Amino acid sequence: MSKKVKVSVQGLYKIFGDDGASKVDLVKNGMTKADLLDQHGHVLGLQDINVDMKEGEITVIMGLSGSGKSTLIRHLNRLIEPTAGKILLDGEDILSLQGDDLLEMRRTRMSMVFQKFALFPHRTVAENAALALEVGGASKQEQRAEAEKWLARLGLKGFEDSYPNQLSGGMQQRVGIARALCAHSEVMLLDEAFSALDPIIRSQMQDLLLELQKELHKTIIFITHDLDEALKLADHLVILKDGYVIQQGEPQHIILNPSDVYIERFVTDINRARVLRTRSIMKPLAGQDLGVALPVSADDNLESVIEMVNGDTSKSFVVESDGQQLGYFDMHDIVAAMVPQRAEEEWVG
Amino acid sequence: MSSYSGLFDILGMRDWCDEDKKPSLLSLGKLKGGEANWYDLNFPSLDNLHEACSKVPQTRDFTAGIEDGFLAIRPALRTVLDPLTQPLSWALDGALWLFTSTPWWALVPLLTLLCVFFTKSWKIGALVLSFMLTFLFIDHYDHAMQTLAIIVVCTVICVLVGVPLGIAMSKSDRLQRMITPVLDMLQTLPTFVYLIPLIFLFKITEPKLYGLAIILYAIVPVVRLTNLGIRLVDPDVIEAAEAYGLNKRKKLWGVEIPLALPTIMAGVNQTIMMSLAMVVIASLVSAPGLGTLVLDGINNLRLGVGFVAGFAIVLLAILLDRVSKAALDRVNATQSNH
Repeated sequence: MSKKVKVSVQGLYKIFGDDGASKVDLVKNGMTKADLLDQHGHVLGLQDINVDMKEGEITVIMGLSGSGKSTLIRHLNRLIEPTAGKILLDGEDILSLQGDDLLEMRRTRMSMVFQKFALFPHRTVAENAALALEVGGASKQEQRAEAEKWLARLGLKGFEDSYPNQLSGGMQQRVGIARALCAHSEVMLLDEAFSALDPIIRSQMQDLLLELQKELHKTIIFITHDLDEALKLADHLVILKDGYVIQQGEPQHIILNPSDVYIERFVTDINRARVLRTRSIMKPLAGQDLGVALPVSADDNLESVIEMVNGDTSKSFVVESDGQQLGYFDMHDIVAAMVPQRAEEEWVG
Repeated sequence: MSSYSGLFDILGMRDWCDEDKKPSLLSLGKLKGGEANWYDLNFPSLDNLHEACSKVPQTRDFTAGIEDGFLAIRPALRTVLDPLTQPLSWALDGALWLFTSTPWWALVPLLTLLCVFFTKSWKIGALVLSFMLTFLFIDHYDHAMQTLAIIVVCTVICVLVGVPLGIAMSKSDRLQRMITPVLDMLQTLPTFVYLIPLIFLFKITEPKLYGLAIILYAIVPVVRLTNLGIRLVDPDVIEAAEAYGLNKRKKLWGVEIPLALPTIMAGVNQTIMMSLAMVVIASLVSAPGLGTLVLDGINNLRLGVGFVAGFAIVLLAILLDRVSKAALDRVNATQSNH
């Protein structure tokens, strides 16, 4: 991976309380969240977060409620101030930004989409979408043109002069996304953007996001508590628990090698056939006879492979990408991959 | 009588107590003190202690002290407050002149049309017109217009002062903690009580005397509800405004005030109603209008005069309430009818 690191979080700590700064050393020396609360009355929000978010990728930060994921994303545009650590955007420490520079950064370089949409109820859809342009002082015509362009792209043509509460939840969130796209920022922060939507709309919105991403190549940081959503979207997956990163990496790798019981429990609930891709289970080629093997793409998931052969267990497959043969597997490998992997330390429970 | 003489004797303060007392009284006090029994024991209040020892001040001395203190700072207060509140007198005089010297055939249609313009409702317009004609018909029109003029001036000033104050309170918890008790006091203090210092401060013939009384009483709801309205704006929306780089000024004018406007308008409605309540009481301190007729009814026991004037006040209250509520509904409608 030679992609440039767009946003880099280094050694980030957040301790909520009157005097968080003085408690950082305690936490660095191994004090736990519960002890910090009992003995010092401070709440440990985030500890020692180190994540590199690469340009043009979707980084998904996943965790249950209270794991600190919403706190973390709010550090990236400094809606929350960190207690210690660095946040680099294109190599520049955003913690050094003050006053108007900070507002300018939020307006032009990072845009945010919210779980509860957070549209301005007293403004029309088009006015909502053009918010960042308006703040930046663009002309009315320019605002309108840009808003119309993105609203049309998101399937909201004709709703420009409606008000947000005339729209359904899914449509409101499209306005939220249009508002983010109108800002022309390279980084988009999505805070549980689809969590308030019903499952079918949510799935459509995920497809829409992936489709937009193919065109626009934004650096997207996506927060979710839903592993299926995380696996569908993520190029890079970060799993948070109690304010620290327990595992991060390529999603396929995490599913096949969960590093601890917490992740394992997540992983057992998912549809493995839909999530795992052929490249993740293939075996290296060693000059076998591939005469009857069916060609499949490296990015196909196992479900589609099973469907392709109608569940015929006698078939074998060769994995191809850009005309090159990368590896092979047969139906036995697929069945073996369906078995949930255990973390190294066996959980006796 | 004085159960506590013995106490001062025991404490050896008798000499100090009696320094400037006549000897005859001393012997009487001692005699009575000896007869006191436990059943008649009084609480050692200032007055009771004073009986035992004349050096202890009476409660009246204490209240007189407040009066003296107020009188002492009165010249200083006057020099500061007089020029500061003079525009209020001018505004009230001007409004009274405007409302009473404009001929009825011009003012009545004008007010009706204004109400229709602000409420966008012909029904409200018809209500205003019929009430105005009622006032004209029963010869209460001039008094009603005087009352209306005072309410208009006082409400405008309440809004101009109260809304910024409410916004400041919503931004600072410390300011809120400081101002809330003052607002509580203004709202609960009997209205006659804060007329007293105002009478001390200003000439009774000056309009600003009753103007200030009305404003102090009526400003409370608009301050409270502005504060509340801004604090109740959806925090998610505020966060979105911050995430898109709105500065404080744009956030206030573009998001917070528009979203708090229905609550602020409810406060304005309350302020109008409370000005009306106070303008009647303020007739005690020379405020013109319908209140003077009520006062006349009380002073001269003219039941009919007082009753009809009271009825006219009710009509005026209905009118002001309906018009301000209709205007409020229109604000609500432009916000969230959709």
